[in-house]
Amino acid sequence: MNVNYMYSLIAVIVLFLIAYVGVAALHLQVVFGILIPYLAFAVFIGGFIYKMLDWGRSPVPFPIATTGGQQKSLPWFKPAKLDNPTTKAGVIGRMALEILVFRSLFRNTKFEKKEGDKLSYEWEKWLWLFAIAFHWSFAVVILRHLRFFTDPVLFPVQMLESMDSFFQVGLPVVFMSGIVLLAATFALFARRVYIPQMRYISLGADYFPLFLIGGIAISGILMRYFAKTDIVSVKEITMGLVTFRPTIAEGVDPIFYVHIFLVSILLAYFPFSKLMHLGGIFFSPTRNLRTNTRAFRHINPWNHPVKVHTYAAYEDEFREKMVEVGLPVEKMPEPPQEEPEEEKKE
Amino acid sequence: MPKNKKELYNKKGVIAGIVIFAFIAALPFLINLGKAAPAPELVLTSKAKEAKECVRSKEFIKREHMQLLDEWRDTVVRDAKRIYVNPQGKEFNMSLSNTCLDCHSNKTDFCDRCHDYASVSPYCWDCHIDNPKEMKR
Ligand code: HEC
Ligand code: HEC
Ligand code: HEC
Ligand code: HEM
Repeated sequence: MNVNYMYSLIAVIVLFLIAYVGVAALHLQVVFGILIPYLAFAVFIGGFIYKMLDWGRSPVPFPIATTGGQQKSLPWFKPAKLDNPTTKAGVIGRMALEILVFRSLFRNTKFEKKEGDKLSYEWEKWLWLFAIAFHWSFAVVILRHLRFFTDPVLFPVQMLESMDSFFQVGLPVVFMSGIVLLAATFALFARRVYIPQMRYISLGADYFPLFLIGGIAISGILMRYFAKTDIVSVKEITMGLVTFRPTIAEGVDPIFYVHIFLVSILLAYFPFSKLMHLGGIFFSPTRNLRTNTRAFRHINPWNHPVKVHTYAAYEDEFREKMVEVGLPVEKMPEPPQEEPEEEKKE
Repeated sequence: MPKNKKELYNKKGVIAGIVIFAFIAALPFLINLGKAAPAPELVLTSKAKEAKECVRSKEFIKREHMQLLDEWRDTVVRDAKRIYVNPQGKEFNMSLSNTCLDCHSNKTDFCDRCHDYASVSPYCWDCHIDNPKEMKR
């Protein structure tokens, strides 16, 4: 047993029960279906913007862009335009690859001893695979959920649904993305528990989001395939939320309120947690800077404005005195004859 | 320490990011601006009204009609049994077109209204299009 994940697991179970009991026994539908979702959404928006402003105000003292290829150099070296971008377009391209296909994670290798003392680097793509499965299925699930928030439902959302249910298994048809999301969440959790080094560095803040998202996926899957609830009434509630005419429709099972409560917790927790890497990736100096360190000087914004006194200015100030005592000067006073006259006049 | 924590670096980029984020987050609200989305009104045919009761209770059929249909399909196609007895002891021929769409012959004003609202498009109608009453319409 490990306190870090036990506490997180217990926390999510307690949240699950709070919503269930709150609705099933105490009939707090208005609280769990209207007040908390609105509040959570406000915290999400406010927190997200606050974080972005906070990061925007943090200076970047050094150019620390990471590189994965040849920097632009002499003309006969072929530069790695995306892995070592020196242009803005290159940075955008690298960022897009990073966000859409997790390129840097794909480079992951494992370093270990093999056959006694032989050190070797090994191909290691599991993390990349789980991560990409998790993030893409999450995105698809969220986009598909727009069917609860639009009426008529947008065409791209319907297309996504029909692609997601391509295999037409069962009724209601199985959406692959929901299953993949749950499986990938579990794989990411298992990775943290089974790899000793990972377990050592994993904290509550790593486990909690996994359990929370797992709990959301489980409650959603329960609701769709097992403990059926009335989707038309659900949509009345969700449409009420987005049209600012909040209503509580009858006949919606507590499991829906559990789902939406866990989602509210996720939203409110999001900006203040590691999940905020969604916004953070755009502010990462290792990713968003150009690797033009040889061509341009990066000015540290921390630098205090230093008051300088150059030699040229110094000589201007003391030239006469220097000439008087015979010190060498770079620029002789202009007309040597006139100067003594001026001095006499004074 | 930064001398001036108030300064926003790369101002254009950060503001653009915030605007894009706020826009995406507000999208579900913006799309629905000024709209109300009432639940669909269902029309029962006179035949259904006469019957008063669906195959199962309203609570059940609302939530689980797709699973009932799945069960029916499998029972008919795999086990060649065509009679369904509901908990009240009433018998039904397990058929999509001949039973469901017999009472609910107004598919467009019944099944489809709900399904459009909930964005489900059952693929059943690729094959099960032999409902004569619906065809006449
Ligand atoms: C009260 C509204 C309502 C009515 C009326 C209704 N349905 Fe449905 N139906 C739904 C909802 C909502 C779903 C999707 C359930 C879900 O997503 O969990 C659904 C799903 C289905 C599915 C599964 C489709 C899929 O791709 O998952 C079938 C088949 C189906 N309905 C058949 C029918 C038939 C046939 C009729 C008319 C006799 C009908 N329904 C009338 C609301 C309704
Ligand atoms: C004997 C006629 C009859 C048959 C056969 C029948 N229904 Fe019904 N159905 C009704 C009636 C009557 C109602 C309204 C029940 C009520 O309001 O209590 C109803 C209601 C429903 C509803 C809920 C609508 C709402 O108001 O939310 C659905 C969904 C539905 N039927 C689907 C089906 C499906 C699917 C089948 C085939 C498996 C089917 N029905 C077969 C008569 C029938
Ligand atoms: C590829 C074409 C096809 C599709 C798509 C299809 N069916 Fe069928 N279905 C059949 C055939 C063929 C039979 C056999 C008819 C028979 O033996 O009476 C059948 C039989 C059935 C039966 C029992 C017999 C009857 O008269 O209805 C049910 C119930 C049924 N299907 C439901 C469904 C539902 C619900 C869907 C959508 C989720 C669906 N089917 C989609 C071809 C199809
Ligand atoms: C307020 C926001 C949300 C609402 C109102 C909502 C509502 C629902 C409802 C009603 C269902 C049942 C679908 C059906 O029966 O067809 C469902 C399923 C599901 N939900 Fe949510 N949900 C929300 C947010 C989320 C989020 C953020 C996630 C992502 C973790 C998620 C993950 C799932 C999953 C995995 C399913 C299973 C079915 C599927 O794959 O679509 N939900 N949700």
